[in-house]
Amino acid sequence: MSEGHSTYTPKTGIGRWFDARLPLPRLVYDSFIAYPVPRNLNYAWTFGGILSIMLVAQILTGIVLAMHYSDTTGLAFDSVEKIMRDVNNGWLLRYLHSNGASFFFIAVYVHIFRGLYYGSYKAPRELLWILGCIIYLLMMATGFMGYVLPWGQMSFWGATVITGFFTAIPLVGDWIQQLLLGGFAVDNPTLNRFFALHYLLPFMIAGVVVLHVWALHVTGQNNPTGIDVKSKTDTVAFTPYATIKDALGMVVFLLVFAYFVFYLPNYLGHPDNYTVANPLKTPAHIVPEWYFLPFYAILRAITFNIGPINSKLGGVLAMFGAIAMLFLVPWLDTSKVRSAVYRPWYKLFFWLFLADAVFLGWLGSRPAEGSYVLMAQLATLFYFAFFLIAMPVLGLIETPRRLPNSITEAVLEKNKGSGSGHPAGATAAPETKG
Amino acid sequence: MKKLLVSLAAAGLVLAGAAAVIAQEQEPAKTEGHSEANPTHFPIKEPKEMNWSFAGPFGTYDKAQLQRGLKVYKEVCSACHSMNLVAFRTLADLGYSEAQVKAFAAEYTIHDGPNDDGDMFDRPGKPSDYFTPPFANEQAAAASNGGAAPPDMSLLAKARGVERGFPRFIFDIFTQYQSGGPDYIHSLLTGYNEQPPAGMVIPEGTHYNPYFANGVSLKMPPPLSDGQVTYDDGAPQTVDQYSQDVAAFLMWAAEPHLEERKKTGFRVVIFMLLFGGLMYMTKRKVWSDVAH
Repeated sequence: MSEGHSTYTPKTGIGRWFDARLPLPRLVYDSFIAYPVPRNLNYAWTFGGILSIMLVAQILTGIVLAMHYSDTTGLAFDSVEKIMRDVNNGWLLRYLHSNGASFFFIAVYVHIFRGLYYGSYKAPRELLWILGCIIYLLMMATGFMGYVLPWGQMSFWGATVITGFFTAIPLVGDWIQQLLLGGFAVDNPTLNRFFALHYLLPFMIAGVVVLHVWALHVTGQNNPTGIDVKSKTDTVAFTPYATIKDALGMVVFLLVFAYFVFYLPNYLGHPDNYTVANPLKTPAHIVPEWYFLPFYAILRAITFNIGPINSKLGGVLAMFGAIAMLFLVPWLDTSKVRSAVYRPWYKLFFWLFLADAVFLGWLGSRPAEGSYVLMAQLATLFYFAFFLIAMPVLGLIETPRRLPNSITEAVLEKNKGSGSGHPAGATAAPETKG
Repeated sequence: MKKLLVSLAAAGLVLAGAAAVIAQEQEPAKTEGHSEANPTHFPIKEPKEMNWSFAGPFGTYDKAQLQRGLKVYKEVCSACHSMNLVAFRTLADLGYSEAQVKAFAAEYTIHDGPNDDGDMFDRPGKPSDYFTPPFANEQAAAASNGGAAPPDMSLLAKARGVERGFPRFIFDIFTQYQSGGPDYIHSLLTGYNEQPPAGMVIPEGTHYNPYFANGVSLKMPPPLSDGQVTYDDGAPQTVDQYSQDVAAFLMWAAEPHLEERKKTGFRVVIFMLLFGGLMYMTKRKVWSDVAH
């Protein structure tokens, strides 16, 4: 996809002068203007762009919030309230940042599930996928530490529970936990280091995002048919086609985001976090933020010992294993066909998996008692079965539907099928070069 | 081969079905060891949903109600509950003039210092001061209240809220339900007159209240009675009215910028809708010559 680059010469004299010394204008032109994208990308593909603006927005609001925040246990909670009450537009910054974290995760989940549906992890995009998984992991660490900073009840007890996982690791577990906490319990040193790391990690995310985008620009984008770009008619230029579509996706996404920030700012939070942390008083139910709930359900589903592995270690292994599955996906899926559009059985399992993940999320918000435990165990079983059984087995035994010969053919076929809705598009298309 | 596929998919569907059935049966399953006299899940009754002036996209605080609520807080609640995060100067939001705020603040005594001689001293409050707590410290508050300090009220209206459950939490997105805190406070304050079911054991020194989130009863005695606080604007002097007023006041105390937030939100949403519409039309135009 990258052939044909570097033929760009800036139009202005200053541009040429600059480009000869530092080819930044050329890089921007090649990456965001002339860059060819498949013509059939749907709106699921706008979430990459949405994620990058969410990252920038989180960093910007976060930096201003950090100017007013005190990372000391005695002051943290009140300093956040000071932001909410007295800092100019502080309430807006703080709600943008706290809801921004949630919407960042909404976008990343759409992005990940899009990749799973259209097989975007398959060769030659394995590294691209793994870099994405690393970003997701860094996001989880950042989100978790950020939730600790307001020093509410859920901040404190969430931190206590999650750092407690590490004690399950044999031999070095206690040492790791003490290193994370800076002591034997969540306290001032914990808050200090979490704040430092919460400030650091987003910039590490930004660094991995650069690699992610670089890898993307080497392999080119996947597309809903999952077949490779074969000719110039399969693609359109990034600008204006992808730019305007991405922009529309962003505006709609930000509209929903704004609806939450301005009208439901506390909908995604927990009331207990408006009570200052109290190490002597455990909340009735300790629940993490919504975006960790499926993993929390998996953690708590392991209530039994497996040989030498006790239930606590088993739960932690299952939880980390659930995330590790994502890293292995490129090699677990044995199918030669990328897109679920042409894989009837995989498509069915994909939707079941999505339902299972949502169901696990709901279970994570329930107390681990009664029939919830059994449901969580069954749902966890299905979660792993999807990756470890369905993905490898389906690829071997499934008969995929006939693949179109090219993206262009698929597009034209679809437009013929959809009737007279877009008469201009259907006839004009083949000659139209992107 | 087909068979294997069918059975795999069937397993998935059966699992989903089973889960749904179990979920349906959650109510009876939950009540294991649960009876009317010996409930295991709280609150026993869900908070009553009230019509708050500040609810919805155009919600605003009713200033007269906030002033009444402040009076209830000052004359009743503040005997035990602090409100450390609220400054007197912010009471201007309730419709008071600068002079009124000054006079209000001056009624409080602030322990300040040290002065140039190194002595601590008492002085009348200024608008920049904060509500003074009723007890010297948390231990004193706990000691005077049967072992547990009464919670600070600055954020109470956002720190309380009974879980809404499925599917209501979905509907809440569209109805913009954000009044769990005030609903809870109002229901709790008006819930003391209900009688416990026969056979229920109420621990000594506690008071039955079916709306309490953490048990059958709580240590706080019924704080309000009809006619206790004198209103001068003709509003009914009933426990129900007091409860609504103080709940609304506490919502303001917890979220003083609510009106500004909703007003800004309306402008943002309108702008985004227009901008989105223009984007959509531009996108249609740009893509009109490309089948996709």
